[in-house]
Amino acid sequence: MKKVFFCLLVVLITNVNAYAQKYFTKNGYISFFSKAKLENIKADHNQVLSTLDIGTGDMQFSLLIKGFHFPKATMEEHFNEDYMESDKYPKATFKGKITNLAQIDFTKDGTYNATVSGDLTMHGVTKKNFSTSGTITIKDGKISANSKFNVLLKDHNIKIPKVMASNIAETIEITVTCSYPNKT
Amino acid sequence: MPIKNYCFILITSLLTTNLFAQDSTDVMSSLEKETTKDETVYTNATFKTTRVVSGHSTENTAPGVLDFRINHRFGQLNTGIYNWFGLDEATMRMGFDYGISENFMVGIGHSTFQKSYDAFVKIRLLRQSTGKKNMPITLSYVPVIAINTLRPDPPTLPKPDFADRVSFTNQLIIGRKFSESSSLQLMPTYIRRDTISFPYTKRNAFAIGIAGRQKISRRVSVNAEYYYQLPDTKSPEATNVLSLGVDIETGGHVFQLHFTNSRGMIEKSFIAETSGRWDDGDILFGFNISRVFHIKKTKDHW
Repeated sequence: MKKVFFCLLVVLITNVNAYAQKYFTKNGYISFFSKAKLENIKADHNQVLSTLDIGTGDMQFSLLIKGFHFPKATMEEHFNEDYMESDKYPKATFKGKITNLAQIDFTKDGTYNATVSGDLTMHGVTKKNFSTSGTITIKDGKISANSKFNVLLKDHNIKIPKVMASNIAETIEITVTCSYPNKT
Repeated sequence: MPIKNYCFILITSLLTTNLFAQDSTDVMSSLEKETTKDETVYTNATFKTTRVVSGHSTENTAPGVLDFRINHRFGQLNTGIYNWFGLDEATMRMGFDYGISENFMVGIGHSTFQKSYDAFVKIRLLRQSTGKKNMPITLSYVPVIAINTLRPDPPTLPKPDFADRVSFTNQLIIGRKFSESSSLQLMPTYIRRDTISFPYTKRNAFAIGIAGRQKISRRVSVNAEYYYQLPDTKSPEATNVLSLGVDIETGGHVFQLHFTNSRGMIEKSFIAETSGRWDDGDILFGFNISRVFHIKKTKDHW
């Protein structure tokens, strides 16, 4: 009798465990690129926080706006002061889910197309059901995620003055590269 | 016995599910907490530029950036319509500032007022920050040297020695950004005067300044600056300088428009050699224009 219960317990714990596989990183990479008539602007961020729950497909990103670095110091200042207002809105976040989780086999090496949908928040404005696609790559059991998508500045109430219209694009291309070395 | 076992299983299963029911949001918030503890976030843009109006702010020119500045003061408003309310007259300081490192900048300039040359360095000793390193204030030290090169008038007068033409200013700036839109700073200042610029009684002068900034929109802020001279060292002919201004940012340029009772734009001039009085209408309109050039791209990029 006791043995049976013990077995049950083990099964129960391992089961729960199997569904709670959360991976995270503190060094994800996100860059953005603005292509305008007069200049192209690129900025990098190397300290993106991200979590990935392969059981539920939950995927989250969080970064500090001040962590974006630019080739020119004044660009960084204007970005923080004039456009993103990073003292008022210090973070940008994404909280979503992989919608085609069934098609990704996390136990087998390969590159899988993934669609992610969720809430994208920046500059204090949340865009609900923001959907984008990318890839999930499994190599030697290690998971990494890649995506490239566009964000419209007007969706997040980021205003570009007319005089800067030839310097800053209306649509910003975001590139995400995260590998998930850590497990909770 | 079996009941006990059931209870045991129930409790354990509850506990275990609880333990693993921590969802992604919890994981994320603990990650965020960790990073705010591990990282130092420095306060940016306590003031819009390196000057409040005439005097220095806590800001430094970014490393590798050359800042070309033109400071301009018209004449006194109370000179009336004949003098176009001061606009017929002008004094100017033209200068170059350069950021050598994050906390160290240098600058040189020439003023039409007293045909003066000046040079300064600004060293940031402490920088306001939160996170791993928590620092409530920014502290900077600004020494300035100025040389009055005016010829004797009339020319028959004896030429002053070089030592009589040189003045030094030592200034500390203690600043804090209190909120996203409000900043204040205090500027205790010691001036070693030259002997030819102003009818002085003493060579040493002490003053304490206070300056503030209030943002009124993303690109516009209101600034004020006042220096109180200690009565013991103040020249009887001098008044304290008060300047009120507006900063307007337009992409690469910053325009600073202001009213002040001082003609000079070097520390020793506007702090200790101001003779105009606001209550007499000795008010001058003026502006500073700053244009930055990126000489070097920032490190570890591209």
